[in-house]
Amino acid sequence: MKSNKVLDAKGLACPMPVVRARKVMKEMETGEVLEILATDKGSVADLAAWSKSGGHDLVKHTEEAGVFTFWIQKG
Amino acid sequence: MSETKRTTIVLFSGDYDKAMAAYIIANGAAAYDHQVTIFHTFWGLNALRKDELVPVKKGLLEKVFGKMMPRGADKMGISNMNFAGMGPKMIKHVIKKHNAMTLPQLIELAEEQDIKLVACTMTMDLLGLQQKELMDGIQYGGVAAYLGDAQEGNVNLFI
Repeated sequence: MKSNKVLDAKGLACPMPVVRARKVMKEMETGEVLEILATDKGSVADLAAWSKSGGHDLVKHTEEAGVFTFWIQKG
Repeated sequence: MSETKRTTIVLFSGDYDKAMAAYIIANGAAAYDHQVTIFHTFWGLNALRKDELVPVKKGLLEKVFGKMMPRGADKMGISNMNFAGMGPKMIKHVIKKHNAMTLPQLIELAEEQDIKLVACTMTMDLLGLQQKELMDGIQYGGVAAYLGDAQEGNVNLFI
């Protein structure tokens, strides 16, 4: 999937993935897609809830070898 | 998203682990674009203490209090399994191992995220803490200042 920006949050523990996501997302335009890589197991629930609350669309997420990848479209 | 939501946390505890939980929630709430206030009272004030000795004029009892309380977040004990100071060493070890953030780092992040850190002035008097002994850039207030934020709060916690 295509993304406008990639945030590497691998190795970061709660609450850093959402803290970083917010910072990067702030600088993006509506409709743009942010790709986030994370290894924190809580990030699946965290980023889903965070996207919903912020009015963003979690388009897709995958897991491969312990790395979660999220594609979030800015709302 | 409609108007800005608010989170307010009363940090009463002076335990390292409880303060960590408070600061993680606060930083998370800031990532949710909430306006966040942490109101520090009683033992929670120690999280805001500078780690160096600040020369200030004090009475005997206040001096004793100042000596017995942890000077800054890094010196705080943990609420369980403190083991006379071994507990905090262990917890800091596992924090590092799991790449989580230490309490001082979480406090720094809170400042970066413009979280409002408030020190309760009444309990500062009780514990003999003076403004010079606390971190720069924080705010001072009482119950009304806290309630002013809390009454509009979507999340209100007492830790």
